[in-house]
Amino acid sequence: MAGHVPLSYGSRKTVKKAAEEPLFIRVFLTVVAFIFLFLFLVLPLAAIFIKAFEQGIHVYLAAITEPDALAAIKLTLLVVLLTVPVNALFGIAAAWAITKFDFKGKSLLTTIIDLPFAVSPVIAGLVFVLLFSTHGLFGDLLFANDIKIIFAIPGIVIATLFVTLPFVARELIPLMQSQGSSEEEASLTLGAGGWKTFWLVTLPNIKWGLLYGIILCNARTVGEFGAVSVVSGHIRGLTNTMPLHIEILYNEYQFSAAFAVASLMSILAIVTLIFKNMIEWKANQHG
Amino acid sequence: MKSRFKKHSILPGFGLSLGFTMLYLSLLVLLPLSMIFVNTASMSWSDFWSTVTEPRVVASYKLSFGAAFVAASINMVFGVLIAWVLVRYSFPGKRLIDGLVDLPFALPTAVAGIALTTLYAKTGWVGQFLSFKVAFTPLGVTVALTFIGLPFVVRMVQPVLQNFDKETEEASAILGANRRQTFIRVIIPEILPAALTGFSLAFARALGEYGSVVFIAGNMPMKTEITPLLIMTKLEQYDYAGATAIAAVMLIISFIMLLFINGMQWWMNRKFAHY
Repeated sequence: MAGHVPLSYGSRKTVKKAAEEPLFIRVFLTVVAFIFLFLFLVLPLAAIFIKAFEQGIHVYLAAITEPDALAAIKLTLLVVLLTVPVNALFGIAAAWAITKFDFKGKSLLTTIIDLPFAVSPVIAGLVFVLLFSTHGLFGDLLFANDIKIIFAIPGIVIATLFVTLPFVARELIPLMQSQGSSEEEASLTLGAGGWKTFWLVTLPNIKWGLLYGIILCNARTVGEFGAVSVVSGHIRGLTNTMPLHIEILYNEYQFSAAFAVASLMSILAIVTLIFKNMIEWKANQHG
Repeated sequence: MKSRFKKHSILPGFGLSLGFTMLYLSLLVLLPLSMIFVNTASMSWSDFWSTVTEPRVVASYKLSFGAAFVAASINMVFGVLIAWVLVRYSFPGKRLIDGLVDLPFALPTAVAGIALTTLYAKTGWVGQFLSFKVAFTPLGVTVALTFIGLPFVVRMVQPVLQNFDKETEEASAILGANRRQTFIRVIIPEILPAALTGFSLAFARALGEYGSVVFIAGNMPMKTEITPLLIMTKLEQYDYAGATAIAAVMLIISFIMLLFINGMQWWMNRKFAHY
């Protein structure tokens, strides 16, 4: 009686064994990976919090509630409020144009969206100095109208917009590409208008990807240092964001205060990572 | 004649979304970046050449490229190792460690910079056990750049390993290959494109990195001064022409890297299209 002959348990196991490393190699590789991650990730993170509380909780609280620190926190929040929504809107528009239509020059457009990631943050700051400083392209025009961009808040916002431009678009483009546009086409065929289709069909489909992009964009906005450093002018209490405030404290050897402010930003980084993992988990669940 | 440029679609909003995208990119990316080349073009060739080949500038290229290359190489080796351990082995706390790999993307660079400097300084937790100096040397620059580029290779290689059929390895074993042969002949060719893409992303990021490096580097001219810092120094001295010339050199190199990475990803997609 010929039929299906299952592999015996023993031989299957032998094959499995041959396609696996011996136990000591597995343990060795895991330990090496652990040591590397411990030295480069865990230890720096631990150092931030330990150094922040080294001189006690009072020094910590004083460092994060002094007027300059509060001004830096407020400015950073303001930059987030102005930057993240604009780049989220841009990300949606760019992803809609690129994934829902076929047109010439599409891959060039995608490459241009990636450009800010390829440019050094210092150069990102420099280009806006070349445009808006008193010697820059629009320098005379701005001076005549008494508008200050460089060494002022608008410069910080514009430089941050540049640096964080790709985040949302880069999350949405592959997601919307893989989803296709058949659902939108069905909605339109059934009589819904364009905006209605977007709100009720597209947006629910992309919400996790959108949130993911926004969270990454937010983390970078809060932490951006190089570009902001070039355009801010480092005026205490006025144009210092949190990372610039940390730099000043550190260079003045106020290490505990510097690490106290740094610990606030590290908490935000950890929250970002937790959110990111939750969203990834949610997105996997929804297929 | 609209159809020549764009294929027909019943979906609305093409003009609005593409128009906004183009306007935004032109104002925020293309116009500002073109200023580098416009300003450089107004310099005479000999001025430009002497600025970008000044010994102090050349020393900074060497440091920036050398440290970025070494850091990206370290990340390629350990990135593949970490991805392998995370995909293939199970151990307690795996989810936590997997999530922690992205820390360098989430942590502000200045925060990373001061933390690494504190650890690797002569009196720091790690520095005191080492017989050689790390902070304020080119080695310190490499440490910071390794931290910054750590997630790239892991995150590129991980999905490839996840989709990789275990049966291919079993087939290789049945056909008589030992584990080392299977690894070199079957697994490495499969993950190499992803590892190289991760390497170039880490390298490109490391070349332009500023925030984490300035604290640990010590910033001594000719010794531990990276190119982005030199641009910054020239700007602070109001030497806009000098800063722009060096920026132009860096930009051209970045564009070449970007083209290379895009080409690599295109090649990867084509090669693995059957998955």
